[in-house]
Amino acid sequence: MSEAKPSNGNKQRTIYICQGTGCISGKSFEITEALKKAIVEQGLQGAKVDFTGCHGFCEQGPVAIVEPEGIFYAHVTVADVQEIVESHLRDGKPVERLFYKDPVSGEAIPYHKDIKFYSMQQRIILRNCGRLNPERIEDYMATGGYESLNKVLKEMTPEQLIDEIKRSGLRGRGGAGFPTGTKWEFCHNAVGDQKYMICNADEGDPGAFMDRSTMEGDPHTVIEGMTIAAYAIGASEGYIYIRAEYPLAVKRVRLAIQQAEEKGFLGDNILGSDFSLHIHVKEGAGAFVCGEETALMASIEGKRGMPRSRPPFPANSGLWGKPTTINNVKSLATVPVIITKGAEWYAGTGTEKSKGTCVFALTGKIANSGLIEVPMGIPLRKIIYEIGGGIPGGKKFKAVQTGGPSGGCLPESYLDQPVDYESLSAAGSMMGSGGMVVMDEETCMVDVARYFLSFTQAESCGKCVPCRVGTKQMLDILERICRGEGKPEDIPLLQQLGEQIKAGSLCGLGQTAPNPVLTTLRYFRDEYEAHINEKRCPALSCTKLISFYILPDKCQGCGICARNCPSECIVGDKRMVHVIDQDKCVRCGTCLEVCPERFGAVVKVSAEKVDVPDEPIPVKEKPKVAAASQGE
Amino acid sequence: MIPLTKDNLTKADVQDKLEEIFSHYKGEKQELIPILQEAQGQFRYLPAAAMREIARFLRMPESTIYGVSTFYSQFKLTPLGKKLIRVCRGTACHVRGAAKVLAEIEKQLGLKAGETSDDMEYTLETVACIGACALAPTMTIDSETYGKMTTKKVAEVLGVRSKAE
Repeated sequence: MSEAKPSNGNKQRTIYICQGTGCISGKSFEITEALKKAIVEQGLQGAKVDFTGCHGFCEQGPVAIVEPEGIFYAHVTVADVQEIVESHLRDGKPVERLFYKDPVSGEAIPYHKDIKFYSMQQRIILRNCGRLNPERIEDYMATGGYESLNKVLKEMTPEQLIDEIKRSGLRGRGGAGFPTGTKWEFCHNAVGDQKYMICNADEGDPGAFMDRSTMEGDPHTVIEGMTIAAYAIGASEGYIYIRAEYPLAVKRVRLAIQQAEEKGFLGDNILGSDFSLHIHVKEGAGAFVCGEETALMASIEGKRGMPRSRPPFPANSGLWGKPTTINNVKSLATVPVIITKGAEWYAGTGTEKSKGTCVFALTGKIANSGLIEVPMGIPLRKIIYEIGGGIPGGKKFKAVQTGGPSGGCLPESYLDQPVDYESLSAAGSMMGSGGMVVMDEETCMVDVARYFLSFTQAESCGKCVPCRVGTKQMLDILERICRGEGKPEDIPLLQQLGEQIKAGSLCGLGQTAPNPVLTTLRYFRDEYEAHINEKRCPALSCTKLISFYILPDKCQGCGICARNCPSECIVGDKRMVHVIDQDKCVRCGTCLEVCPERFGAVVKVSAEKVDVPDEPIPVKEKPKVAAASQGE
Repeated sequence: MIPLTKDNLTKADVQDKLEEIFSHYKGEKQELIPILQEAQGQFRYLPAAAMREIARFLRMPESTIYGVSTFYSQFKLTPLGKKLIRVCRGTACHVRGAAKVLAEIEKQLGLKAGETSDDMEYTLETVACIGACALAPTMTIDSETYGKMTTKKVAEVLGVRSKAE
């Protein structure tokens, strides 16, 4: 990697601070204000402060980029502001201690473009995120924004537009992967005096946040894509359904709609054409099932968000019984690029059946967590080890969970599989909304299955009995197994229940809810068996199955563990080996965390008895201590 | 069955604020959820008296209002504490130790998730995912987000808030 060269301090520079949800929680508003103040104090004429939406690299937040050099600063705090302004903006010397450090090599990397996390990505959907101020329409227009809309309205008929999207091979990025062009065609051909265009921004999968980041970082892309889609199907009214947990996204999308209306990109007779579209924002109210299209429409209509059976499909009878198209945020954000660069260009990326790029929220036990956009077909290994920088703390990889509560956990043997719709479904998982949670040896797969089931069970709307009652039964069994009360017949029973729920549920929630259990049963059956037959949790994670012991030959009697123990179950005295009362211990692991590293006296085990004294005994004198005392 | 709140608010107590909210709406059925959201924004929960008035305004049965309010987790039928503490139980947070953070908060506040303290200072709840997964485990206090939580940071985060008063 190249060294950052000092450059002239009078140069025009702009420092862009990330103001996505992640970085805001790291006080990026305060940093922005402090920067503005320091620049005024220093009297720097050339320096400017601006903000962007999410860069995707939230782990390193708050992040800042200084242009034109492209210097990337990680973990910026208010205390760093003075130094950035004086050293970099005034004297032209970048602040090296704030550079990003590569988790593998430990090397400090000054330039944004050289950071592997970014350099290996191919950004189409997220192309502008972190690159422009999301609250200024002029910034978006300067990147060629709204030119696609202009081109579509002036040069293309809806039929030509639909054909272009069909040829691009774009498939729904909400997870199911239905071809977008075909979806538009159904609705275009449907008969109706009024049609509706809906953008599904009810990103409910725990572990996914790309829709939020796209709306926060580049809301105009979504609006432009949605307007183009509305033109294709012939809709004059549009709704963006955003979950209520995303207040910043709601705010920026509302602002973007207002700006687009002022510029004539939305409203009546858009850009002088006959086409009109009015977009409304609807805030969700906290129901996961509303990500399902028929439930989402019920929610817009003001009802309980319960799915209904299809057909009739929304293309023929959707919102208020009118022909309706529902597309995901990412699908719509892709549309303007396809129009600008052409269907052939887009279809040039990806695999035969899955074209283009996909966005993943890479999180969990991974060094570089954040949002990534990669070509379809990339192997999982490349995502996890090259972009993600591998598993931190020298731990071993165990599984990667894709597709959120609807997806599955894939083991190491699948790491060289290409990532696309077909390969993931063949493995029992799915693309889903793009959550990708990495798990290491300390993650218990039975507990992960239990976790997802507890989520889907709570979110089941209750309409279909197999989903409402079946997920509860499965959850009860999994909880029992995690407590060490599992029975051998539980495994076939889980399998059977899982398959029945999949077959007997109306919507995607029930049809996929058993996937996390079924895939862990398929790939990690040994962990279930260890819990059931040996009452052992191999990951040392299930609290009912683990114990903590203090090793008598290592304990130095310092008493830190006893002082920190929340249940006061450790007895001992100065220079006495401490002992944990196993009956009172709540298995919180505090003693293991606080025991000084040089002693390392606390161990965590499962289904294993460690030989320790019943009562505190004097600490064994170390030979070294004895040798030192000889000199006296 | 979720009990309606045992508050003593009457029609007169809620009417002024509701009239103000109703003035932005036409009284169509599709407006129910936005109206409930605004009403909750006003009262910090949905008082029974307010739900009855909303039913009248939209000319809908009270049972429908109740059905919608109990379907969506955003709506609260009992009063919330002054500070709303939400612990994320998203996947990334789960594998990075959210349960321990929640247990520590429960211990320090003497509350279980879903409960409000007797002095009405705090309400503690869990949330499915706040979408700040790269900062897992996370929690929020009102509109502030706290990332990379540890059991040790809990006292600091809760403490900072109580000192600020």
